[in-house]
Amino acid sequence: MTRTAVITGLGATTPIGGDVPTFWENALKGVSGAATMEHDWVERYELPVTFAAELTVPPSEVLTKVESKRQDPATQMATVAAREAWKDAGLDSADIDGDRLAVAFGTGIGGVWTLLDGWDTVRERGPRRVMPMTVPMLMPNGAAGALSLEFGARAGARTVVSACASGTEALETALELIRSSRADVVMCGSTEAAIHPMPMAGFAAMQALSKRNDDPQAASRPYDVDRDGFVLGEGAGVMIVESEEHAAARGARVYAELVGTGVTSDSHHITAPEPEGLGATRAMRRALEDAGLRPEDVSHVNAHATSTPKGDAPEYLAMRAVFGDRLDDVQVSATKSQTGHLLGASGAIESILAVLAVHHGRTPVTINLDNQDPEIPLNVVTGTPGALPEGRRVALKNSFGFGGHNAVAVFVGR
Amino acid sequence: MASKEEILAGLAEIVNEETGLETTDVQPEKSFTDDLDIDSISMMTIVVNAEDRFGVKIPDEEVKNLKTVQDAVDFIDQAQA
Repeated sequence: MTRTAVITGLGATTPIGGDVPTFWENALKGVSGAATMEHDWVERYELPVTFAAELTVPPSEVLTKVESKRQDPATQMATVAAREAWKDAGLDSADIDGDRLAVAFGTGIGGVWTLLDGWDTVRERGPRRVMPMTVPMLMPNGAAGALSLEFGARAGARTVVSACASGTEALETALELIRSSRADVVMCGSTEAAIHPMPMAGFAAMQALSKRNDDPQAASRPYDVDRDGFVLGEGAGVMIVESEEHAAARGARVYAELVGTGVTSDSHHITAPEPEGLGATRAMRRALEDAGLRPEDVSHVNAHATSTPKGDAPEYLAMRAVFGDRLDDVQVSATKSQTGHLLGASGAIESILAVLAVHHGRTPVTINLDNQDPEIPLNVVTGTPGALPEGRRVALKNSFGFGGHNAVAVFVGR
Repeated sequence: MASKEEILAGLAEIVNEETGLETTDVQPEKSFTDDLDIDSISMMTIVVNAEDRFGVKIPDEEVKNLKTVQDAVDFIDQAQA
């Protein structure tokens, strides 16, 4: 008998809300988290893109001074989200066996601020002035390690690194840990803090970022004919994934069931998605098969939809291949229109929206869709939140990443 | 040149900055590891910050001899001379 995995706690810090209730409320309302950056380095380095989707509540306002000093911003954000999820799941007052508690965390880049600050220090002030905490702060598993330490997780602290698919791919690790009974509770999520001149210059160099400097709030516009790239975001999301029996034994509230995951790789190009969406199609089909569900069971997709000219179409082709005639019945939310693209963290925060969508029966809106690309005739939720049909509510979360990574998670609302 | 009192006060601020311990906890007889629970990584950060603040050099091989706060105050005081 396969063990069932349920989601019992949520935590997030995002460009449209510093906690899950605010994030969800704004996602239904439709707000943009993008704004012109006020950092002095924007002008100093003459960055071609002068805006981003930064956190509404910086972690320094939540953490102590010492915590902030000893953690890279990526780990700080993970810590903020994890504390909220832990409390939300009622685990702060539960008696948990740490030997049965695991961490499955994702990130795209890891501690990029610490890495580059350290290099600046070497060049400007010499090796002796490099902070001794530099290496543990910059390592991509820094967040997983910090959370394991803080919450007493001793059943393994794993890190998934698959660029912008990391957060969703981490759910596969969590699901495997629960199903195989290697853990009863998994703290699963992802984090990214890469709004730094170097990654911004890199993304801009490859023409991936929107250059709509004069109107940042309109810049992230998935599926719109005038989309010109993604908006870099930052933040973290955490879900408490728990075995059904463990959750029931402690009387935990359940948001949704994590019923299946699918991970595939394109083997096509290091950054460009396979143009027909074949890898994405296989990932969605694999996830549904893993879940024991059929395409016609799905009523909502939280799409990857980054707002790049070349990226949005293959995902549409993949959805058309999977859902066929029933595609119009699937409500699609492209929430990066609001949050920007949180890279490795996007899978976690968008999975949280998918979980809340099937839990509450409402789907978040897509903003800035003024002229829908005729090549992408999806049923996109705009204006007001969508209402999901009564009965079993099933949502997919798609995430794709540089390297040709495709990850899909399937949630059933409770 | 800082007096021993000034060195102690400055060290207390550096320790507070790194660990969050109250400056009043940083007393001369306290052991960095046993009393203040400062690990080797934090100790190195404190050493480097103390070098900057007092304009001295504290060689790596000397750090293991700085067991108490007083040891550090004395070393910095001597090194200034």
